[in-house]
Amino acid sequence: MGSQGGFYQSKEFLDLVKSIGEARSKAEEDRIVLNEIETLKRRISEPDIPKRKMKEYIIRLVYIEMLGHDASFGYIHAVKMTHDDSLLVKRTGYLAVTLFLNEDHDLIILIVNTIQKDLKSDNYLVVCAALNAVCKLINEETIPAVLPQVMELLAHPKEAVRKKAIMALHRFYQKSPSSVSHLVSNFRKRLCDNDPGVMGATLCPLFELIARDVNSYKDLVISFVSILKQVAERRLSKAYDYHQMPAPFIQIKLLKILALLGSGDKQASENMYTVVGDIFRKCDSSSNIGNAVLYECICCVSSIYPNPKLLESAADVISRFLKSDSHNLKYMGIDALGRLIKISPEIAEQHQLAVIDCLEDPDDTLKRKTFELLYKMTKSTNVEVIVDRMIDYMISINDNHYKTEIASRCVELAEQFAPSNQWFIQTMNRVFEHAGDLVNIKVAHNLMRLIAEGFGEDDDNADTKLRSSAVESYLRILGEPKLPSVFLQVICWVLGEYGTADGMFSASDITGKLCDVAEAYSNDETVKAYATTALMKIYAFEIAARRKVDMLPECQSLMEELLASHSTDLQQRAYELQAVIGLDAHAVACIMPSDASCEDIEVDRDLSFLNDYIQEAIEKGAQPYIPESERSGMLNISNFRNQDHHEASSHGLRFEAYELPKPAVQSRIPQTLIASTEIVPVPEPMYPRESYQTTMPSIPSDAGSAELKLRLEGVQKKWGRSTYTPATSTSNSTSQKTVNGTSQGDGASTVSSMRETYDSRKPQVEVSHEKQKLAASLFGGSSKTEKSPATGHKAAKASSHVVEKSHVPKSSLEVASEKATPAQQPPDLLDLGEPTATSTALQLDPFKQLEGLLDATEVASAVNGAPAASRSPDIMALYADTAAGIHNKNDADLLSGLSNPSVTNMPGTTAMPQVTQSSSKGPNPKDSLEKDALVRQMGVNPSSQNPNLFKDLLG
Amino acid sequence: MGIRFILMVNKQGQTRLAQYYEWLTLEERRALEGEIVRKCLARNEQQCSFVEHRNYKIVYRRYASLFFLVGVDNDENELAILEFIHLLVETMDRHFGNVCELDIMFHLEKAHFMLEEMVMNGCIVETSKAQILTPVQLLEKTS
Repeated sequence: MGSQGGFYQSKEFLDLVKSIGEARSKAEEDRIVLNEIETLKRRISEPDIPKRKMKEYIIRLVYIEMLGHDASFGYIHAVKMTHDDSLLVKRTGYLAVTLFLNEDHDLIILIVNTIQKDLKSDNYLVVCAALNAVCKLINEETIPAVLPQVMELLAHPKEAVRKKAIMALHRFYQKSPSSVSHLVSNFRKRLCDNDPGVMGATLCPLFELIARDVNSYKDLVISFVSILKQVAERRLSKAYDYHQMPAPFIQIKLLKILALLGSGDKQASENMYTVVGDIFRKCDSSSNIGNAVLYECICCVSSIYPNPKLLESAADVISRFLKSDSHNLKYMGIDALGRLIKISPEIAEQHQLAVIDCLEDPDDTLKRKTFELLYKMTKSTNVEVIVDRMIDYMISINDNHYKTEIASRCVELAEQFAPSNQWFIQTMNRVFEHAGDLVNIKVAHNLMRLIAEGFGEDDDNADTKLRSSAVESYLRILGEPKLPSVFLQVICWVLGEYGTADGMFSASDITGKLCDVAEAYSNDETVKAYATTALMKIYAFEIAARRKVDMLPECQSLMEELLASHSTDLQQRAYELQAVIGLDAHAVACIMPSDASCEDIEVDRDLSFLNDYIQEAIEKGAQPYIPESERSGMLNISNFRNQDHHEASSHGLRFEAYELPKPAVQSRIPQTLIASTEIVPVPEPMYPRESYQTTMPSIPSDAGSAELKLRLEGVQKKWGRSTYTPATSTSNSTSQKTVNGTSQGDGASTVSSMRETYDSRKPQVEVSHEKQKLAASLFGGSSKTEKSPATGHKAAKASSHVVEKSHVPKSSLEVASEKATPAQQPPDLLDLGEPTATSTALQLDPFKQLEGLLDATEVASAVNGAPAASRSPDIMALYADTAAGIHNKNDADLLSGLSNPSVTNMPGTTAMPQVTQSSSKGPNPKDSLEKDALVRQMGVNPSSQNPNLFKDLLG
Repeated sequence: MGIRFILMVNKQGQTRLAQYYEWLTLEERRALEGEIVRKCLARNEQQCSFVEHRNYKIVYRRYASLFFLVGVDNDENELAILEFIHLLVETMDRHFGNVCELDIMFHLEKAHFMLEEMVMNGCIVETSKAQILTPVQLLEKTS
C-alpha cells in the first residue's frame, strides 16, 4: 500500500490513518482527532515545511473536518498551497479549500487571484484544477473576475477543459442568472461539441434552462432526438458504455429533457415517439442500468403527449417491475405507476394485489412510496379506505417530518373527497388526536367552520345531528390523556357553541369537562382562553333560556384563579364571564345569541349608533369632534384644555393621562373616546368582547359612568385586539360548502354501508381474501377479485353510482373509466366509456356474478349472459398475470443475479422453488386461484420452511 | 442540482469520505451524517436501497464494509444513482485494483479527485472511466 508514485506518505500519516481506522468507538476517534489537532496546530506554523510535508498536513486537516472537528486554524495554509508550482500540491490545495470554505468566506478573496492566474496556464491540468475551484468558490460578486477567462476556455482544444468551463458557466447561471443571461447561447453551441463528454455535461445546464423556460428551446427537440438516437444506436465511443448499455447516463439525461419539451406539446412529442419506442425495445431489462433507462422512458412517456403504443410498453415495464422480487424495482414500479395513472387510470387495476403487497411490506421506503401512489389515485369511492390506512400509518411512525406530511395529505384528501361531513369530522378527530401539533392551525379553523355551518341550506336536522355527534365524540375523546393543543381548542369551541344545544348534556356536564380541560392543560394559555370563553357561552345560553345557573365549585375556583392571572387576556375573559353571569336574560340573549357563530357581524365604521349620545352631549355643552386632519397642535392643546376645564371635578391622575401621547388610532375616532379609554381601568367592562351584535343595550345610569362604558365598547369592538373565536370568520365558507356539501343526504347512507363492507373484512383470517377486499375497496369498481358478500358488493356498486350521478364531473369521469374493463377500453384515453354499461351492471344479481367469478368454466352458459361473459376473461387475465408474474420474477432475479455477481447481494436464493410451482399449476382457474391465494397467504417469498405448501402446490 | 452529497461510511458509521455539493456548516454535516447513517445502516439487504429523508432521498449501496450514500433531490432517478455508485466503485477498482476501505483512507485526495471528475455542481458530468482516470494518473506521473 505505502507510498505510490509521487503520493509520498510519512509513517506518521500512515499511523494516524491506521489508528482512525482501528478506532472502535466515536469517543476513541474523537480522542485521536483532538490529539491530532494539537499536534497540527503546533507543527503547521513551523517555518520552512517541505511541500510534501505540508500537503500531508493539509490532508490531515481534511480528516479532522471530515470527522466533525474544526480545522479552521489551518485554512490559511490550504489557501497558500494553491499558489504552489507543483501540480499535485496545487490541486490538493484547491481540493482542501473547496472542502473547507464556503463561497462567502473571507479567505476566498486571496484565492481569486490565484484562480485567475491558473486559468491562463499552459498546463491544462492546472486550468482544470482552477475550474474545479471556480465551480465551488466563486460567488455572485466574484463572477466578473473570472468570467472572461472562463468564456475563452469554452473553445479550449482540450475537451476536459471545455467540459469544466461549461460547468463553470452553469455554476454562474445557478448563482446569478442575470450575470450570464447573454451567454446562455453557449450552452446550445456546446451541445454540438465533438466530444461526447462535453456534450453530456452540457445537458445538465440545458436541462435547467429548459425547465425554467420550455418554449425557448422547442427548436432543439430535433437535435435532442437525433442525439438520443445516435446514443441508443451505439455511435458513441465504447468508453461510455456501462454494463453493455451505450452511455446510459446520457440517455437518461436526454429522456429527462425530452419529457420537459414534450409535455403538453403534441407536435414536439410526435418527434420523440420513434426513438423512445426504440429504447423500450432495445433496453436490457435484466440489468439495473437497463431498468434505470426504462424507468426514465416511462417518466418521459407519461409526461409527453400520450401515445397508446408507448403507454402500452410503459405498462408492460411497470408490471415487470412490480412483479420483481427486488424491492428496488418494486419501488420504481410503484413510482412509475403513480406517473402513468394520471394518463391511464385503468392501469392500476391490473396491479392491485402487487400494490397492496407493497403497502403491507415491512420496508418503510416501499410503504411510503405506495402511500404516495394511493394519494394520487384517491377519489370519492376509495377515500375512506385510503385515509384510514394513512392515519393508521401516521400513528405508527415517529418521524415528525413525514408525520406532518402525511397528516396534511389526509386533511387534503378528506376535505376534497369526504363522502359525508360526519366522516370528515371523525377523520379530522383522528388526525388531530395523533398529529394535532403538527397540522396547520387553519385546518382546525376549517373544522370549526364546518361544524358551525353544517350541510348548509335545507337540512337543519342533519346539522343538529352532526353537531351532536361532534359533541359526543369530543366528550369521549377528552378522556384521553395528553391531547394536542390545537385539537383542544377545537373541542372547547365546539363544546361551548353546541355542548348543550341538543339537550343531551346538561350545562354542568359540559362546564365540568371544560374546567377539567383548563385544569389539565393549565400551562397552555390558549386552551385555557378557549375553555373560559366556552364556559361563558354555556352560562350565557343557560341564562338566556331562563334556567338557573349554578356554577360548579371547580368552575368557581378556576375563575378565581383566572381573575388573578398574569395573562391579561385570561384575566379579561374571566372578568367578562363574571359580568355576563350578572346580567339579565334579555341582555345576555342579545350579546350571546345561541348558534349565531355563522352570522355576519356588521361593523359600523361610522359609529352611527352613538349619534344620539353625542347629540345629547353636545347639547349639554361638550366640544364637537374635530377630525385629525383639521386639527393643529395648538388646536389640540386648546381642545384638551377646554376639556380639562369642563371636567374640572376629575382628579389629578386624569390630567397626567391626557398628557400622554397623541391618539395613535384612526382619525375618525372622537378624541374624547380615546383619551378616556387610556385611563379606564381594565376590570370595568360590563360587556364582553365577543359580542355578536353591534348595537349594545345601553344601560341608563348617571352621565359619567355611562360615558366611560360607552367609550370602551366602541373602541373595543372596533379596534380591540382580535379575540379567539374563529367562528366569526365566514369568508371562505362557500368553497367549503361546495366541496363537502356535495354528497348531501344520500351520502350518509352510502357511507355506512360502505363502511360495513370495509369493516367486515377485519375478522377474516384468510390473508388473501382480506387483501382482495382491500384491493376492491381501493380500486373501486373493479369486481374481478371481489368475493365479498353480496350486500357489500351491491353497496359498493350503488355508492359509486350515487357518486357518479350526484355531482362533480371529475369523479364521475373516474368512476366511468374505472368501470370500463381494459379490454373494452378504446384507444382514445379521454373517452369516458359508456354510461349504459354501468346501469346494466347495477341490475345484475351479485350472487350470480360471484358464481361466474368463481367458476370460470360455467361462465359461458351462465344465466346473466353478456356482462358475466365479458368479465370472465378478466379472471383468466388475473390468473395469467399472477402466474406469469411469479415466473417473471424468478427470471428477472436469476438474470440480475448472474449479471451482477461481483458486489451486490441481491435476493434471489430463495426463489428457486417457485419456478416449478408456476409451471405445474393446473388448468382449472378456480383451483389455481385458490392456490395462488394460499401462496400469498404464506407470504410472497415461500422458503423451505413451508414444505406443505409446496407439496400442495406440486401434487 | 441533482446530487446533494456523497458519503462513504463504514459499517461502524465512521465517515471515510464526504463531499457536499451544497454548503453545510460543520454542525449541520455532523447532524446529517449521524441521522442518515443510522437510518441506512439499520436496513437489511432485502429492503430498498433508497431512503426518504426530509425533503430528499438517499440512495445507498454496500460494498463489503463500506457504505456509499448519495443524497439526491426527489426527482432524481434512483436506479441510475445506484448504478452511478457502482460506476464510481468500478472506477476506483480500476485505479487501485480491488479497492478497499483502507485504499480510500490512505488516498483520500485521489478518491476526491476522481469524484471531482465525475460530478460537478451536483451533476454527473463524466462517466467514461478512461476520462475520469487520465487526469489522476497524469498527476501521479508528474509528481
